[in-house]
Amino acid sequence: MSSHTITVTVNGVARSEDVEARLTLADLLRERLDLTATHLGCEHGVCGACTVIVDGDAVRSCTTLAVQADGAQILTLEGVAADGEELHPVQQAFWEKHGMQCGFCTPGIVMSLVELLEREPDLSEGAIREVLGGHLCRCTGYVKIREAAEEAVRLMREAS
Amino acid sequence: MKPPPFDYAAPERLDEAIGLLAGELDAKVLAGGQSLVPLLSMRLAYPDLLVDLRRIAGLDMISESDGRLAIGAMVRQLHAETSDTVATRCPLVVEALRQVAHPQIRARGTVGGSIAHADPAGELPAVAVALDARARVRGPGGERLVAAADLYTGTFTTSLGDAEIVCAVEFPLADDGAGAACVEVARRQGDYALCGAVAQVSTADGLVADARLALFGVADRPVRAAVAEAELRETPVRAAAAVAATKVADEIPFRDDPQLPAGYRRQVAVVSARRAIAQALEAAA
Repeated sequence: MSSHTITVTVNGVARSEDVEARLTLADLLRERLDLTATHLGCEHGVCGACTVIVDGDAVRSCTTLAVQADGAQILTLEGVAADGEELHPVQQAFWEKHGMQCGFCTPGIVMSLVELLEREPDLSEGAIREVLGGHLCRCTGYVKIREAAEEAVRLMREAS
Repeated sequence: MKPPPFDYAAPERLDEAIGLLAGELDAKVLAGGQSLVPLLSMRLAYPDLLVDLRRIAGLDMISESDGRLAIGAMVRQLHAETSDTVATRCPLVVEALRQVAHPQIRARGTVGGSIAHADPAGELPAVAVALDARARVRGPGGERLVAAADLYTGTFTTSLGDAEIVCAVEFPLADDGAGAACVEVARRQGDYALCGAVAQVSTADGLVADARLALFGVADRPVRAAVAEAELRETPVRAAAAVAATKVADEIPFRDDPQLPAGYRRQVAVVSARRAIAQALEAAA
């Protein structure tokens, strides 16, 4: 059981941690760095609740080992809009369109949409559906989530 | 749902990685981890050591030479899927990757990982078999090329040695104007396929000039529909999808298991093959 010193930049802050090889990135964020907005649902890559942005890509933090993220730039929901700051258009859209019920899956969905919209501001409905396909929501039936995502596209377009 | 303890190494040189794999410990290669990490979390795998390939230079290149497109083992699936070179040279690879899990998983998952994992329901192994791709493999005995037809020996099993590493997958370039399609049936979008088919076709004067067809999820490894391919050549385009369906129904030995009876597999595979050929023909110029 080897231990490794890794350095990751999380929400703009460089962090150095000694980790066991088997620690997942999700557990590094939640248990070691106290960033609990990243939720853990299935812990095997199916539900998408743990999605964070690693080096510009939305990925599952439960199927990424912390050691694999050594040297990476990581953005979690805490870094999307700090306390007291204006919400990101994706967050604002979820607020306005009521894109959630219990909210457990929401952090992952927000991270996927933030990444997608930064890369491709003019999202088609097909692209929204595809990326939402990577997230399980047991409450909403997805209609309000899709509406929120479409609203986010509109808000982003307005802002640019 | 936490991985069991194991050691981890991320060597910078390929021979170092091969040395670790050839050692005493039960070592496994870690590429993107999108299949291996879930297997660890579910405690279905207990390796002593993971050998991560991420620091080894040169495994993440896409290059073209001698009529083949070589995709490095560590090229992320999402990268290959959005590469213009791959789209023009090997359109079937792009079509198949679009069906692999979700974009969030393809951002980490690698081409080499998919090929070496040998999931019988995997899309990329079927593409490799359909196109006569080959794996460029390095091991203690040096480098060798393994034809996809010789690579898969059973469920999650390949003919590779324990210390051999897939460095790149070499796909033959598609004919100009070739069309490609991947059709599968899964319980949910992005879930593992129950059955599916990959097809690549080119046409000339209203006839099929060349057809490649392979099925996945029907047996313990991807299966090439060689009889259907032979029958399709010189067949009028409008009759081709039906011909493919008939031949596939007869030639493939469908696996039977309590979860999915052979009869169901046959039905789904036949429909997938018919649609894959029809869509590939539509995409062909």
